Amino acid sequence: MRRQLPIIIVFVSGAFMAIQYFIPHDAGVFFYEYGLDWIIVIGIFAMLLGIWSLFKVQLDKVVKRSPGWGYSVVALGGLFFMLIGGPLWGIEEGTPFMQVFWYIYTPIQATMFSLLAFYIASAAYRAFRARTVLATILLLTAMVIMLRLIPLGPISGSNQKLATWILMVPSMAANRAILIGIGLGIVATCLKIILGIERAYMGHD
Amino acid sequence: MNMNKSFHYFLFSFFLSFFFVFFANSPASDFSNTSVQAPAPPLNMKAFDTPNDNGHSITITWELSPDDGAGKSNVISYEILRSDNPDSGFVVRRMVAAGVNTYEDGGVKEKKSEDYFPSHKNFYYRVRANAEKGSSLSDVSPPAYAYGQLFHTGRTVILVACVIFTVFTIMFIRKAKKGEELYIRPLAGIEAVDEAIGRATEMGKPILYILGLGTAADVATIASFTILARISKMTAEYRTPILVPCNDPIVMIVAQETVKAAYLDAGRPEMYKEDNIFYVTSMQFAYVAAVNGIMVRERPATNFYLGKFYAESLILAETGSVAGSIQISGTDEIAQIPFFVAATDYTLIGEELYAASAYLGKEPLLLGSLKAQDWGKALVMISLILGGLAASFHLDFFIKLFAVKL
Repeated sequence: MRRQLPIIIVFVSGAFMAIQYFIPHDAGVFFYEYGLDWIIVIGIFAMLLGIWSLFKVQLDKVVKRSPGWGYSVVALGGLFFMLIGGPLWGIEEGTPFMQVFWYIYTPIQATMFSLLAFYIASAAYRAFRARTVLATILLLTAMVIMLRLIPLGPISGSNQKLATWILMVPSMAANRAILIGIGLGIVATCLKIILGIERAYMGHD
Repeated sequence: MNMNKSFHYFLFSFFLSFFFVFFANSPASDFSNTSVQAPAPPLNMKAFDTPNDNGHSITITWELSPDDGAGKSNVISYEILRSDNPDSGFVVRRMVAAGVNTYEDGGVKEKKSEDYFPSHKNFYYRVRANAEKGSSLSDVSPPAYAYGQLFHTGRTVILVACVIFTVFTIMFIRKAKKGEELYIRPLAGIEAVDEAIGRATEMGKPILYILGLGTAADVATIASFTILARISKMTAEYRTPILVPCNDPIVMIVAQETVKAAYLDAGRPEMYKEDNIFYVTSMQFAYVAAVNGIMVRERPATNFYLGKFYAESLILAETGSVAGSIQISGTDEIAQIPFFVAATDYTLIGEELYAASAYLGKEPLLLGSLKAQDWGKALVMISLILGGLAASFHLDFFIKLFAVKL
């Protein structure tokens, strides 16, 4: 029964969620929203477990003086400052909680995001090395697409037309093909899980 | 002489004042302001329950006023009025622009809300055509009430497609159960999993498994759980540690249970370490910073990126590449696939992410569902070709067969 019960729960809730998609009536909407509320409630309790996991792992690194344990001290310091600072000073503008958020956290986040520009350059360099025929085609296509944003005098118009054609015909066709495959894959995965064919995530095949 | 001139001025002023007062208040003047300027009213009022909804909306249609776009007494807007009494109490619900001849009058089901729209209650509608000067009201519509439907007819095509696909899946699973050999095309990314885990074992380094930024409700994350189960079982057999930093607490709990069950299944429960599957943060770039830190410090031999990824995909994959790890990625986020293709060694593109678990498991039942996917794709291809031909020959009925209203 310990193994059957989760499968029964998955089947009932999965089948219900699939059926309610076709029922616009209030009754169907009620059960759907009720299910979503459950996810929120579970999420709140799970957050406590998440914070506990974060605390335990970082503390363990500090106690064992693992490599980079100093970062764990910063992580724990940040965790406790924000956990205590919120209720203590409030979260209005100008409070220490918000100042840390605006003047430390937000710039660090923006810096991480900005790194993406450099990573794009290095990934593009690797992708565009014309070692094979396919890589050469990729390089030429990328050049046409990128150069459409730059005025190129007499060839601007024809380059623009070629770039638009690449985006609207072969690129769009490939995108749609991938999307159709993803749609079928999603349905197949859902079916496998609802019907109990895929049970690997429960620990038994 | 002066006296005579003044008298003439007085008489002229008197007649002028009389003229203005008389004509300004005459019925003819009224007529020119309203009856002449007012547009013709909208005609043929219809009100009916909005189809395929939860029963809190009524759709109103009308024929445009003949003065709509006519140039003279041009209609500039229509006001939709509603009452629960056909004779009185009409209040304005909404105003729409000229040229519009339909309106969906809806609200919410919560009785306490100001926008509450009751089901099964009769309502009457009128539409007022407004011109620059003057307006005119339509007749009262027949009574209509809103009610919820038990089946969304606009989604019939989706239901039919799901049923056909389910039949395919069950059919191929039965075939697989009977022991029939099913050919499945090989995927390079999946075939590299063994090699990647073996490399980590030889190097004595951990494996890093990243589930992405999706929640436990995302199908891509669920597919990733199933792959995690297979890979964890293999790592347990090889005695190689697996690290799973999570960005969502629910994902962390499910991942912990998945890995724990896999270790049990492999007969090595003592090797399972709960702290290896841990929560980092729910913030996107803070998570990236933490995972990049792990890559640089721990130098994992193999990185798996399987699940839902957004802008962080390239930052993670490039850092992993610089750290010298073998990298296998897979996502259903189309915008991120090129980044993974450029920065990782193997990429599962779109649906291959959903197929990976079946490939790794090599069980007939799961392979049966893969075969159903292939047949599904074949059906879509046939429909696309037929749809293209139907559009070319203006066979609209065939195209309408596939119409979906969400």
